[in-house]
Amino acid sequence: MTTGDKRMRIERWSPVLAALGLSACVTINIYFPAAAAEKAADRIIDEVWQLKNGAKVPADEQHKEAK
Amino acid sequence: MIPVIRKLLVLLVLLTPIVATAQGNLEINTPAISALKNTMQARHSQLAPHYASGAVGVARDGSIAMRDANAVPLAQRQAVTGLVAAENSDRAGLYREIARANGHPEWEAEVRNTFAQRWADKAQAGWYVQNASGQWVQK
Repeated sequence: MTTGDKRMRIERWSPVLAALGLSACVTINIYFPAAAAEKAADRIIDEVWQLKNGAKVPADEQHKEAK
Repeated sequence: MIPVIRKLLVLLVLLTPIVATAQGNLEINTPAISALKNTMQARHSQLAPHYASGAVGVARDGSIAMRDANAVPLAQRQAVTGLVAAENSDRAGLYREIARANGHPEWEAEVRNTFAQRWADKAQAGWYVQNASGQWVQK
């Protein structure tokens, strides 16, 4: 096998390699981000159930905006 | 051969931060999510006494349920049933919107499961929470 043959082979397969690489990235991204979801849930629940002072801050901000 | 590998490596290095940020936080600051949050917060003051009396419980599927209608005076029963239905409809909307806002509508069920766990964990002492086998347990 000459160097030219080798090169052509690699060039032929490089789009496939690139596609594989990209799909690997996309695969990582479609996993459900459990820890982030838990954090988001905590923030929303604290506001809805008014468990922390967090609920008070937006109310003050709205008040200022109204003025 | 080397240039091809180098190109792929550069591509991977460039893409890594995008993947990393996508994993960091969920988007919850959309108008739809805020609106649902506000109506749920306003409704909570009406629901709170019924959680405390045990009439309404925190269900295992991320919703709430009327678990003991007899704990509510007959005259109020219909109103409380309405509150529970409205809350569950808002919660379903909330889970759907969070999944959608993050570009993955198919995450809705997982968002719901995550919330179910956190609602149960954060429920106050004395409230009823449904366990994994469906029984109501007082916290």
